[in-house]
Amino acid sequence: MTKVYVSSVIPAPAAEVWKLVRNFNALPSWAPFVAESRIEQNAQADQIGCIRSFTLKDGGRIRERLLALSDYDLSCSYAILESPMAVENYVATLSLTPITDGNLTLAEWQAEFDCAPDREASLMHQIGHGVFQTALTALKHRFGR
Amino acid sequence: MVKVCQSTIIEAPVDEVWSILRDFNGHDRWHPAIAFSEIEGGEPVDAVGAVRHFRLNDGGELREQLLALSDKDRRLSYCLLEAPLPLMGYVASLRLKPVTDTNATFWEWRSKFNPPAHRRDELVRLVSEGIYQAGFAAVRNLLLRGRVGSPVETRPPRVIIEPTPSVNVRHSVSMAAPGQAATTRAIVVERYGGPEELQLREIELPPMGLNEVRIRHTVIGVNFIDVYCRTGFFDLLQPPGVPGMEAAGIIEAVGSAVLGFAAGDRVAYACPPVGAYSERRNMAPELLVHLSDDIADEIAAAGLLKGVSASFLLHDVHAVKPGDVVLIHAAAGGIGQLLVQWARHLGATVIATVSSDDKARVVERLGAHHVIVYSRENFTDAVMRLTGGKGAGVAYDAVGNDTFAGSLAALAVRGHLVSFGQASGPIGNWDIGRFASKSLTISRPNYAHYTDTPEKLAPHVARFFQALRQGVVRVEAPTRYTLANAADAHRDLESRRTTGALVLLPKP
Repeated sequence: MTKVYVSSVIPAPAAEVWKLVRNFNALPSWAPFVAESRIEQNAQADQIGCIRSFTLKDGGRIRERLLALSDYDLSCSYAILESPMAVENYVATLSLTPITDGNLTLAEWQAEFDCAPDREASLMHQIGHGVFQTALTALKHRFGR
Repeated sequence: MVKVCQSTIIEAPVDEVWSILRDFNGHDRWHPAIAFSEIEGGEPVDAVGAVRHFRLNDGGELREQLLALSDKDRRLSYCLLEAPLPLMGYVASLRLKPVTDTNATFWEWRSKFNPPAHRRDELVRLVSEGIYQAGFAAVRNLLLRGRVGSPVETRPPRVIIEPTPSVNVRHSVSMAAPGQAATTRAIVVERYGGPEELQLREIELPPMGLNEVRIRHTVIGVNFIDVYCRTGFFDLLQPPGVPGMEAAGIIEAVGSAVLGFAAGDRVAYACPPVGAYSERRNMAPELLVHLSDDIADEIAAAGLLKGVSASFLLHDVHAVKPGDVVLIHAAAGGIGQLLVQWARHLGATVIATVSSDDKARVVERLGAHHVIVYSRENFTDAVMRLTGGKGAGVAYDAVGNDTFAGSLAALAVRGHLVSFGQASGPIGNWDIGRFASKSLTISRPNYAHYTDTPEKLAPHVARFFQALRQGVVRVEAPTRYTLANAADAHRDLESRRTTGALVLLPKP
């Protein structure tokens, strides 16, 4: 089991950041590498079990199932069903925590997955840096002055 | 039951912060409210169930028991067993999380308790501010002291010490007491007055905020606005305070909420708040300017404020066009030199005034079409003679009292007087009815109103740096003073003895 953990301070109140990231179908509006997204079977984006199918700007397609969504804890968990990344048992959680000092937000994004041992280092970098940190940095800029 | 939750970001790696906080008996080393602490019965500090018995500075005694400790989650929980305050059922926990992209630490401190209804607000405030927020600040200070190499206070001796009254006085500048916090050398104005009020002091460098960067200055610009701050003519500086609004340097550290800047970046600024006359300072980065390799620190520190001013004076306050006749006073001064070169490049006919023949030669070399030594010749008569009786279309006047009336008289019909300073004293009261005789316009621009947002500032910075690169304007090597000799720099600036810009060097 491989774990990846990335976190950043987002310069906006947690409720404001959550409004944007709780929408399971909204990746194209804030993650810079996502081209388009839709929810399969006409399900609602906050229906637990719904599947988002999205294409990356490099052409790759990913399908992910919403496992948990908490407006109380400001967190969202999902599993990868299909992706070009060759990972198995991939479960990720994005969660927000208010920082009372300055009314800012701690955003944490973590994932656990299985993969071939020789691919571990590059996948950790690809997911931690290329996906999670890139998206969190985009959030920082979006809410930055 | 009330819940209290406070959280912050500490600009230090999570393991470093955890090593301080996991010591259940270590709080007397950093928390300002706590005078003395010991673990009962000689138990290890990390044994769950251990009881710490501690005394506050005001004499109150408390006992707290460790309920949970996790090095895996970096979390610690404890409850209150005895206290002089009615914090019934008080259970608290603190936890740390890493902020991976800036190598900082998220610290959350929360508790639940049952206060008597009539003391609820008071106790909630005491816990959230007096204990948690004060604790955040104290740990920040402890880490900062360790960082800058000052000796960390040794642990107080294990004897019950007499309660000491806690003093909490906030000043805009705190004089440093040895071993208290990180410090920096700075020029401090303790009361408004002459150059002798510029005194070198060792002052406290407060912990950097989330939205701040810490800068180590390499060169500091000296401007006439610093004189106005020192004398109290402008209230940008409240004594005791550190003057100065322009400098170049290197970023030493950035807060977690800061975007676009990193440690090691070369930067310059020309903006309030005051505080540039120092070796190091913290400031918000909004109005910081990145320096490219072809802009030297000394040129940025000597030229940024003046160059940005020249940019908006010549383009926004009055848009100088080819063929305009432009009168520039104090043309050998820092900003005067830039106005002369730039106005000429824009195609204007430049008439410059200076106080001496030496300065006249400097300004001629910069390309002024006509130079008037006003101590020898009435500049109004000279302007009228040079323009065939027409007068100047625009006059740039930062001299003030000595030249204001003459500048008005030297203007053409529908001329524009740009009054942007008063080096010789305030201009006094004027009846605007008199301006009707030539339909004159007067502007009194304030630097801040043209530069106080990144959007307003950026075009002027870009235009000035471009003008430097293309050789449209040249910033002469400035006259250097050490930071300690800031008073001499002000004396020279005010006596009009200087040519070009003045800078202070933090390291002699």
